[in-house]
Amino acid sequence: MAALPLRVTGATRRFRDRGHQLTVFESLDLEVQDREIFVLLGPSGCGKSTLLRVIAGLDVLDEGTVTLEAGDHGRDVGIVFQQPLLLPWLTVTENVSLGLDYRANQGARQDGAVEAILAEFGLSELAHAYPDELSGGQAQRVSLARTVVTRPRVILLDEPFGALDPLTRRTLQQWLLGIQQSMGLTVVMVTHDVDEAVLLGDRVALMSPSPGRISRTWQFSREARDPAHLAATRDEVLRAYGEVAPSLAPSTAAMPAI
Amino acid sequence: MTSGRAAGATITRGRVSGTLRSILVSIAYPALGFAVLLAVWWAWILFFVEAGSFQSSFAPDEGFRALVRLIENGTLNRHITASLKRIVVGLGIAAAIGIPFGLALGGIRPFARAAGLVTSFIRMVSPLSWTPLAIIWFGVGDPPVYFLIAIGAVWPIALSTSAGVASLDRQWLMLGRSLRASRIEMLRTIIWPGVRGDVLTGLRLGLTTAWIILVPAEMLGVDSGMGYFILDSRDRFAYADLVAAIIVIGALGFVLDRLAQWFLTPRRRSRARGAAGEPRPAEATPVPTAEYRI
Ligand SMILES: Nc1ncnc2c1ncn2[C@@H]1O[C@H](COP(=O)(O)OP(=O)(O)OP(=O)(O)O)[C@@H](O)[C@H]1O
Ligand SMILES: [Mg+2]
Repeated sequence: MAALPLRVTGATRRFRDRGHQLTVFESLDLEVQDREIFVLLGPSGCGKSTLLRVIAGLDVLDEGTVTLEAGDHGRDVGIVFQQPLLLPWLTVTENVSLGLDYRANQGARQDGAVEAILAEFGLSELAHAYPDELSGGQAQRVSLARTVVTRPRVILLDEPFGALDPLTRRTLQQWLLGIQQSMGLTVVMVTHDVDEAVLLGDRVALMSPSPGRISRTWQFSREARDPAHLAATRDEVLRAYGEVAPSLAPSTAAMPAI
Repeated sequence: MTSGRAAGATITRGRVSGTLRSILVSIAYPALGFAVLLAVWWAWILFFVEAGSFQSSFAPDEGFRALVRLIENGTLNRHITASLKRIVVGLGIAAAIGIPFGLALGGIRPFARAAGLVTSFIRMVSPLSWTPLAIIWFGVGDPPVYFLIAIGAVWPIALSTSAGVASLDRQWLMLGRSLRASRIEMLRTIIWPGVRGDVLTGLRLGLTTAWIILVPAEMLGVDSGMGYFILDSRDRFAYADLVAAIIVIGALGFVLDRLAQWFLTPRRRSRARGAAGEPRPAEATPVPTAEYRI
């Protein structure tokens, strides 16, 4: 079997806070396959962001290992946050090339790479715009472009559409699917939106809280993505989600089906 | 058709008269203020100063006549140049020390803890209290003046820089780390542009402080500059020259402050956070950002 882009084994993370100890997740395992969208679904506070930060190297594990395969350009993993975090004094083009400016990513530098990604992401016309001139959806696309242009082997998305209005969110979800397929990206995405998980995921892993563990995983095949099948699976995922986060189920269930 | 054009004309006329009025207001009120100042000045000379006494040369007309004469014969030129040079050097030293110090104060917590109390202590010592020490350490001439200006101007620069660092969005730092920026790259691409606006504000405040310290500092051990010229006029009993010097000091300070506002106010594109209430130049041209790129 080919090397996996990302494997997490026996991951445990605890926070100590004034004598009180909180185990965020414990003995957590997951594997991400090449060119898939792996969705990590779970209720608020179950440790999804912490896990992503650990994978991104922004936090450390107490136990366990994260194994990442290096990409062709030396960079293994890149992360996109819920907030676009664009630097307000830079234009769209400059924001996107921010990471390429750093020595650590010089392997991904290529003439025209930034222009190409702007075109691919439908941002060419905004190349010289400043962040305060962008809509939320545009800003989040710029943020994604900034990470993708450094060619990481695995792209981590932490609720990237969480702060957007429903319509923009839906548009960007479809757009992300297209981009992921055309560019062959390997994506790990965190969300607590069941619809988003089912719509985007090749695999959906449901994370249960305190301490966080993967309680169930669903696999989807692209061919089987007909609306009826998705609706049926959505109900199944929603039911399981309701079991791990009972208090959250009603409001989630009230959301319209895809 | 006709009515439409008429309406358009009315609107245009209204706008023009609005602009005209705002120009009038922005000129008329300051002019009125100056007129009152001159009137009080004159009144003082007329009613409280005996004609022909030495104080009568403090009259405004004498002062302005002296001003014209001193400009024409080049005397003032020399003193103004000397003073401006000291401001530039003193402020340069203050910036060279204050900016790194402020960056450390805002960004390195143990350093802030250790330096905080000491800083507020030294800061509250009036810069001129250092005069005797300055002369012992640096002798006479320009160096002690540079020192006095620098020790006064360094605090607004350092504190403004430090406040800028402290209010940087922590998430930007996380972003930098996630893109694998080295410490230097982080400083160059995220921290520095993020605090640049605060540094500029600090420089402006520093310039004002420097100008206020300059004149008394020049009253010691130097033979040029506006401060020296004031003492010199007194010694020569040339009170009209003294009045002229005061006019020049006020006017130059005003011009410097305006220039600093113009050049050092962060333009829209370079500001990380809006410094509310800061006057901005009318057309905010984007500051070149190329230096922060590849
Ligand atoms: N640096 C930290 N110190 C102490 N506790 C922390 C820290 N970071 C996260 N936690 C705690 O760990 C738990 C998991 O947080 P995390 O942000 O990973 O959850 P999440 O699943 O991403 O939630 P959400 O869906 O709301 O974003 C929370 O209870 C949080 O309070
Ligand atoms: Mg989170």
